[in-house]
Amino acid sequence: MKPPAFSYHDPRTTADAVALLASLDNAKLLAGGQSLMPMLNMRYVLPDHVIDLNCVDGLSYIRDSNGALEIGAMTRQRDIEFSALVRERCPLMHEAIAQVGHRQTRNRGTLGGSLCHLDPAAELVAVAAALDAKVTVAGKTGARSIDFAAFPVAYMTAALEPDELLTGASFSCWSARHGAAFVEFSRRHGDFAIVSAAALLEEDDAGKVTRASLTLGGMGPAPMRAADVERTLIGEKIGDKGLRELCEPLRKLDAVDDIHAPASYRQQLATVLSRRALIKAHERIAARAAS
Amino acid sequence: MSEQRTIAVTVNGKRHEQTVPVRLTLADFLRQRLRLTGTHLGCEHGVCGACTILFDGHSARSCLMLAVQADGHDILTVEGIAPDGKTLHPLQQAFHEHHGLQCGFCTPGILTTLIELLRDNPNPTEEDIRIGISGNLCRCTGYHNIVVAALDAAKRLRGP
Repeated sequence: MKPPAFSYHDPRTTADAVALLASLDNAKLLAGGQSLMPMLNMRYVLPDHVIDLNCVDGLSYIRDSNGALEIGAMTRQRDIEFSALVRERCPLMHEAIAQVGHRQTRNRGTLGGSLCHLDPAAELVAVAAALDAKVTVAGKTGARSIDFAAFPVAYMTAALEPDELLTGASFSCWSARHGAAFVEFSRRHGDFAIVSAAALLEEDDAGKVTRASLTLGGMGPAPMRAADVERTLIGEKIGDKGLRELCEPLRKLDAVDDIHAPASYRQQLATVLSRRALIKAHERIAARAAS
Repeated sequence: MSEQRTIAVTVNGKRHEQTVPVRLTLADFLRQRLRLTGTHLGCEHGVCGACTILFDGHSARSCLMLAVQADGHDILTVEGIAPDGKTLHPLQQAFHEHHGLQCGFCTPGILTTLIELLRDNPNPTEEDIRIGISGNLCRCTGYHNIVVAALDAAKRLRGP
């Protein structure tokens, strides 16, 4: 058998899952299993207990709540992909999700699993950073909300206490007039991105940027917001030439070296993909206005 | 001894009740316990797609699931695709005619993946097919004849 020996628990409620998490030593939560199961099969992780969340009620939903999109932690990536609500209110997530793994992995993989696993190049993690998501966690002492900016604390490590589990995330939607784009570079369709860029823009009637969000994934341990570029964009009109100059400083961002690409290559991708994402987002504002 | 549980799973329309170790993967359950060895195991960490099955109608990697998670659920493996022991499913027939396989190792995973794809999208483009099977590795065919076979099967399944 590939996975190591463990005890298996399949609680029905979030409270039972939290109680198990608080009382058991060396326990791992199993969501969609698209990351934990490979790690078990390769015995990278050796938990004494596996707490399967697939039978927990009430963690799978997509709903509109006062201008924000609330998505349950156990919502399958497939459900996000085919949600009309997500497509309409959060086109950035709709575009990004189609680039998460493959149909077979999206059918099982969950939002919460992806956010907690925190792969530096994961699309949903970049989307959460781009939209200033808030995640909700439940623990022994109750529930609390964490700004996504403070959620990754180190490489693949979330700001969760040992007895806490993620129950959902809230993504604030931009105005109906915004434009968004998610672009990434990977060797093959479905691979983790080497670098990804997520852009959101709002413009006034004269075409000047009034609000901007630019996020780069895959550069370091967690997605980074290009805050300087976001600030510089305000009041500007989007054009290819200006963007070239504006995105150039991204080449100076810290980036990791690994078997997929050297840091300098990632820095080059950061400038190119940011420009492409911003242009696409800008063009989509015009396309929306025309339709 | 490793912890055990009794599960009831419907595979290709037949109900099976067995006591299994909780750490047994669904792929190993199908192959070793039920002797349904059509589901192949390549990488066993979710990359190659050879072990793809339909779980409640949706394609999934059976190496990335535990057998205990299938308790009460419905599974279709490559053995359950053909209508009977003599007739091939139109998708299998198209693979046969277009040389959509050579060694056949990846074929079960590709067939199950395409069953779902053609059900959700009866009129796919070549790009839809290529993206649809991007999670299945084939080292023989170069994919060309797989795509040709899938497009032809889609046409057959749409009917005249």
